[in-house]
Amino acid sequence: MELLEHRRAPALEPFVVEIDERAARRSLREQIARLERELAHTFAGAYPRTGLEWAVPGMAGPRLLHLGELERVRDDLAARLRQARGDLAERTDREEECRRLIERMMLDPAAYKRVRVSREDIGERGCGHWHVRPRLGILGMLMGWWQVKLSSGCPLAEGR
Amino acid sequence: MDAPGDDEVLSGVATATGWVADDVRAEFPDLRLLAATLEVQPGRSPDGVRQRLRGLSDRFRGSHAVTMRQDPIPWAYRVFYRHVGLDPDADRTPVEAAAVERLLRGAFKSRNVVDDALTIALVETGVPVWALDADRIEGELGIRVARAGERLGRDAGALPVSADRLVVADAQGPVAQLFSHPAAGHGVTRATTSLTLFAVQVANVPAIHVEEALYTCVEVLRSR
Repeated sequence: MELLEHRRAPALEPFVVEIDERAARRSLREQIARLERELAHTFAGAYPRTGLEWAVPGMAGPRLLHLGELERVRDDLAARLRQARGDLAERTDREEECRRLIERMMLDPAAYKRVRVSREDIGERGCGHWHVRPRLGILGMLMGWWQVKLSSGCPLAEGR
Repeated sequence: MDAPGDDEVLSGVATATGWVADDVRAEFPDLRLLAATLEVQPGRSPDGVRQRLRGLSDRFRGSHAVTMRQDPIPWAYRVFYRHVGLDPDADRTPVEAAAVERLLRGAFKSRNVVDDALTIALVETGVPVWALDADRIEGELGIRVARAGERLGRDAGALPVSADRLVVADAQGPVAQLFSHPAAGHGVTRATTSLTLFAVQVANVPAIHVEEALYTCVEVLRSR
């Protein structure tokens, strides 16, 4: 009994974790820089698409941010980047589908009567659109003569 | 506090590296303020300067405004904005603000020789430069955190500044919030005879670009 008591392990010191906050902030700043670069590339790659959200709220600066605030900036940037990439992927899938639709319209216009696909739908700039319309108006409609017309583009800013 | 650096001579104008407060330098070791003081006669820009602005406007395209944030220097300032809690899409970095203005107004419009010099330096180098009335500055310029009860500028109607804001200050107090226009009473007016140019260098912006920005300003101002 006496022997066992002697062999009992000494009480452990409380385990204290010392965080080097400055190093942690430096690491967060590096992560923010990387995320900002990726967001900038995604932003440039998304052009000319509109309607995507890019804003990442600020923290009422300019001031020295503490660790928690830098974490929030990092997390907000990461979330925005993830969402922007997701939205962009979804948008490009839709655009690819629209390109295929244009091909099918070209091959068989009569199967896509009155269908209209804009340049914006395929991720391009400009106001043009592909439109399946009857050749020679009402006569073509009665005879089943359908064709794909590509509009000439944006209307002039000031009409006459 | 980081002592002001040795003076250098830039196109015949002495430049000085401003001080950066210890707490700020500990967080941002690459942050630097470079200043140059010169005699000036504000007023309308000469034809050569106006022509240079037109040339810059002609070379600037909408696509440039979109891709600009990927370029190393605009990106570096965007990153610094994030680091200090600013949203560069809301409070635009100076070069992006200039790009947006160019797209909205169709050109970099000439205002006066001082503003034109700042715009030319900004667009050509990506580094923002600000101008202060040198006669309203006391001592060396530097960057620090504002203290409780301080005001931006020394005019009677000077606005109070939050105690934690990063400011550009002289020996008497803040003269501008970091990356903002000079406080009222410190900007350049028609009565200004001597001005102090200053640029703020952040991480990943090579010193040569900052010196080039100041050099460009000096060169434009001397062309008058």
